[in-house]
Amino acid sequence: MADSALQNIPSVYEPSLFGTYSKKIGMWLFLLSDTLTFGALLYAYSYGRISTGGWPTPFHSESIINATIMTAFLLTSSLTMVLAVRASVHRDAKMQTLWLLATMLCGTGFIVLHGREWSNLIAEGLSLPMFPKVPHHQVAAEFVNVSKTVPQFAATFFGLTGMHMLHVTLGVIYLGVVALRRKFIPILLVLWLVAWLGTPAYSPFHYGAHILLIAAIVCGIILWLKPKVYDSSDVEVAGLYWHFVDLVWMFIFPLVYLMSAKIL
Amino acid sequence: MDTFQQALAEQVAEQHRHHGKALFFYVWGALLVMTAIEVYLTYQHMQPVKMLTILLGLSFIKAALIIGYFMHLKYEVSRMKWLTMCSVVACLILMTIFFFPDARRILELGVK
Repeated sequence: MADSALQNIPSVYEPSLFGTYSKKIGMWLFLLSDTLTFGALLYAYSYGRISTGGWPTPFHSESIINATIMTAFLLTSSLTMVLAVRASVHRDAKMQTLWLLATMLCGTGFIVLHGREWSNLIAEGLSLPMFPKVPHHQVAAEFVNVSKTVPQFAATFFGLTGMHMLHVTLGVIYLGVVALRRKFIPILLVLWLVAWLGTPAYSPFHYGAHILLIAAIVCGIILWLKPKVYDSSDVEVAGLYWHFVDLVWMFIFPLVYLMSAKIL
Repeated sequence: MDTFQQALAEQVAEQHRHHGKALFFYVWGALLVMTAIEVYLTYQHMQPVKMLTILLGLSFIKAALIIGYFMHLKYEVSRMKWLTMCSVVACLILMTIFFFPDARRILELGVK
């Protein structure tokens, strides 16, 4: 049906092969390539898990509850995102902005909970050599030998979940730009200051917060060079990216958290 | 955007206008229920391989729901659906071929 409808569009161009606009096809191609990035990371994690004896199972019930709430946040954010797309195609600008803000709020909730999870694990002694040492802390019994005997655990866990957290963070920024355009830049700068000054110097988030500053500069340049009002196609393309981030978590949650749950 | 792209975007928007809001809530509910089942199964002292199989099965169903309904692929033209999904699945199968010899250890030696 879509194919036949396309033939009716008067144009000097030949009909679109995929029956949709270029931006959307571009985003799909990017997401396919990103699938391979996360696929490789998930395979690396699984490979390490299978081939290494004594793989730790550090996620006690509190961690599993935390990760479940994070999952609920992401699933809810996907719902609010489709509602934002729906509002945009109905040209309801106010609801579009509100649903986009709700999506960003859920995404931010996910990042905060994930950050708390990371901080707890680091405080318990699970760390990477590149992370600064936490002063005056006692390494939990389960992590005493993990860094020496199973270094793959921390490397693959922080690598995989860190990559996903970066994607969620960039997704929130992307939605912020689509929803609020230039007004989002000062908000982003405030968030950068809060994240930078509000985290202790030994936290990886202390220097990780500078991603927000870099994003603010890049978004500022883009909005200055090409100011525009984002339409329904832009919201839909942003939505594709957001749903993909949700989709990836649907594999990380069971493989990383549930399969390594501490069951007493 | 040029006129042709705008016409395509408007056509896609028109397709979106025909979707009811309720469907998205059903999909969201199904995703939440499947997540709850996953967490419940974690504490049922199942064999790791059996649990992994069920968890991955549920993850693929959840992924299909997200791609089909939230990402709207169910309503795209056939060429779009087949080319995108076949290409990504083929690449993941290639990764699996490299992974396969060690993955067999799950069946033969069990998960540590």
